[in-house]
Amino acid sequence: MSKVICPPNVLEEIRLDELLKRVIELKHEGLRLAQACAAYAQGKLELSYSFANDETYELTTLRVIADVDEEVPSITEIIPAAVFYENEMKEMFDVKIQQLSLDYDKKLYRIEEDAPLLPESVKEERRAAAAAAGDAAQAAEEEKKEEAQD
Amino acid sequence: MGKRSVVPFGPQHPVLPEPVHLDLVIEDEKIVEAVPSIGFVHRGLESLIAKKDYNEMVYVAERTCGICSFMHGMAYVESIESIMNVEVPDRAKFLRTIWAEMSRIHSHLLWLGLLADAFGYESLFYQCWRIRENVLDLIELSTGGRVIFSVNKVGGVIKDMDSDMLAHFLRELDKIEEEIREIQKTFLLDYSVETRLKGVGYLSKQQAHDLGCVGPFGRASGLPSDTRTRGYEAYPQIDFEPIVSEIGDSYARCECRILELYQSIDIIRQAIAKIPDGELSVQVKGNPDGEVFTRVEQPRGEAIYYVKGEGKANLNRLRIRTPTFANLPGLCETLKGADYADVPILILTIDPCISCTER
Repeated sequence: MSKVICPPNVLEEIRLDELLKRVIELKHEGLRLAQACAAYAQGKLELSYSFANDETYELTTLRVIADVDEEVPSITEIIPAAVFYENEMKEMFDVKIQQLSLDYDKKLYRIEEDAPLLPESVKEERRAAAAAAGDAAQAAEEEKKEEAQD
Repeated sequence: MGKRSVVPFGPQHPVLPEPVHLDLVIEDEKIVEAVPSIGFVHRGLESLIAKKDYNEMVYVAERTCGICSFMHGMAYVESIESIMNVEVPDRAKFLRTIWAEMSRIHSHLLWLGLLADAFGYESLFYQCWRIRENVLDLIELSTGGRVIFSVNKVGGVIKDMDSDMLAHFLRELDKIEEEIREIQKTFLLDYSVETRLKGVGYLSKQQAHDLGCVGPFGRASGLPSDTRTRGYEAYPQIDFEPIVSEIGDSYARCECRILELYQSIDIIRQAIAKIPDGELSVQVKGNPDGEVFTRVEQPRGEAIYYVKGEGKANLNRLRIRTPTFANLPGLCETLKGADYADVPILILTIDPCISCTER
């Protein structure tokens, strides 16, 4: 008979600072990066990195919860094949992936809209914060100019 | 060291059915590096979860791909059924298995035809697609559709096959198998074909694993992974083994797909012999609340559906990782060191499905 098995899917929640260590460990266990993706839930980004065991068919998913503006290390130095997954996360959810080995600069899918899968409310908050920061910077600059004139 | 130059390949090219672009760094007609670009046909299907409820999304999932549309629909409904703990009737599982394998046969025949066309055998291309027409006729007879079957629903299937139709399937599959044996001789024994495929685009087992390759592309390099052995639908009751080759070149990829044609025909015969009587579907109430990663073996390899629901009619997230997306790093590796003239063949050997990848 065929080798049919019904393996469990394992979801392992880890901290962001544990990500690289666990990825290295799973790679050394001989697992294959099967997918990586992002989702947005309850004000946070949920990043999932799934590793498949091609002998037992078990799928182990590392789950990292990150703030929307938190910097996330790239795993492409450990697993070069992650480059397209991470570029997709960056383009779709504006995940702040750091040190991507090949950065398509949010143009993997050539979508004009910035972070199309990030909720509009989050983007509005960001725009307001950027505007406030811009106003503050402008005010500081004008104050500086006035001081210089005095 | 020769002079290096960058040659753009695609997105429009006679060998490419769909747009993909490669920046090829070449040195004396040899590829040194390849950098792919996609994004010419992105459709934003995943974002439709905001507008369509989880039942309507079955039709969206089916439209992810024009070749393995059935398998996309199946992976999606299986994900929802898994989250909602729905036990699908056995007859529906067997019917899904039959249609899934019919999809694999017509997809592999389509690919063989495109490969034949790429190395200049036009009559062989016609022969492959002529056989494929017979497969599509059977699909149309049983589902009413040739491209989009629309027979999946959450909880089962919406169409049945009676015993006469199943007997007709068996008779037609005998003829199709005989015709595949005829074209197989040219693909695997013809001298000219061998010179175009043997030793071209080598990928080792370790490289295939490290680069995350899936499907016949990975199995041709020795990876034993075939997600059907995970045991979904009726596969636990079917006797089959993954078809694996250790050779790792374009010829091995062609051979794996040809052998998988026979394997699919055998799986359908087993499924028809074992299909039980019973209901086609169960009623499903409520909304999905939870998340799941579902893996199915499509013609091009493992596809992963990530579905997350929060107890509402609209899903929180749908993410489709297609096999071509996973095989892109492997494709770039096979191109390194290859002759520029072999690029079209090498792109084809991953059986790229770009619309599916960009969904």
